[in-house]
Amino acid sequence: MEIPYNTEARPDTGLYNAKLGIWLFLASEVMLFGALFSSYILLRTGAPSWPMGREILNVPLATLNTVILIGSSVTMVMSWASLKLKDFGKYRLYMGLTLLLALGFLVVKGFEYGAKFSHHPPLYPSTNTFLAIYFTLTGLHGLHVVGGMIVNGYLWGPGTKMWKTDPERFTNRIEVAGLYWHFVDLVWIFLFPTLYLL
Amino acid sequence: MSSHDDVESVKKQTRAYLMVFWALMVLTVLTVGVAYLHMPVWMAVGVALVIALFKGTLVAGIFMHLFDERKLIYWVLALTVLFFLVLLFYPTLSDWDQRKL
Repeated sequence: MEIPYNTEARPDTGLYNAKLGIWLFLASEVMLFGALFSSYILLRTGAPSWPMGREILNVPLATLNTVILIGSSVTMVMSWASLKLKDFGKYRLYMGLTLLLALGFLVVKGFEYGAKFSHHPPLYPSTNTFLAIYFTLTGLHGLHVVGGMIVNGYLWGPGTKMWKTDPERFTNRIEVAGLYWHFVDLVWIFLFPTLYLL
Repeated sequence: MSSHDDVESVKKQTRAYLMVFWALMVLTVLTVGVAYLHMPVWMAVGVALVIALFKGTLVAGIFMHLFDERKLIYWVLALTVLFFLVLLFYPTLSDWDQRKL
């Protein structure tokens, strides 16, 4: 059976199905991260003392990662715009850049985690409440980056065969993958000041 | 949605994407800069939140095309915001009876 409303808008929603689907998923993601942000606030306001993030964490590396992730959002949206302009070569280039930037983000994050673990004394999630919530939030965010890379990797590689059979549907897939990717960027925009700077 | 389709408007949008990129870069520098101004905590939190909200609006509005989206998405998000606020404030009421006001 053919899946309906891949490209044309469903009359009652005014949207193609995948777009409403991803927004409902992102709404559930807001609740997932929201619960953890709420926990952070409750733990912090209830704690007798709370360390300044920037005295424990590496602000320059996190700033670099902010720049990397925002850059990857731009390349992601440019890959979608390239398909709208029927320029498949540019799509490949921009999606490839998005993947490289995502990998760069994870490498930087890896260095940050590594520095915490090899610190004397070592800084683990079990060390204190601040580090527990730091590793939980950035770890969950990092998993989202990995998840986005898997989908984007598929759409950069084997998934591109749809461009030949159903280009409009493929373009919509990139838009939906982009909506997820920008959300991951959005979460980081809030995580960065809350954990590293305040 | 419909305005996304023609070539001219996509080209116009790509210019907007690049402008948003530079705006986000400037705001990132600003976020880090103000954190070192030694403001009282409540003010530092307020300023950081305002900047983050502004950055978030740019990402959601331009990159995620939210400034030009169908009504149904706005309704989904309005509900999400409502539930998010409940999630944010409800736990802080859990010790209400033990507060000294």
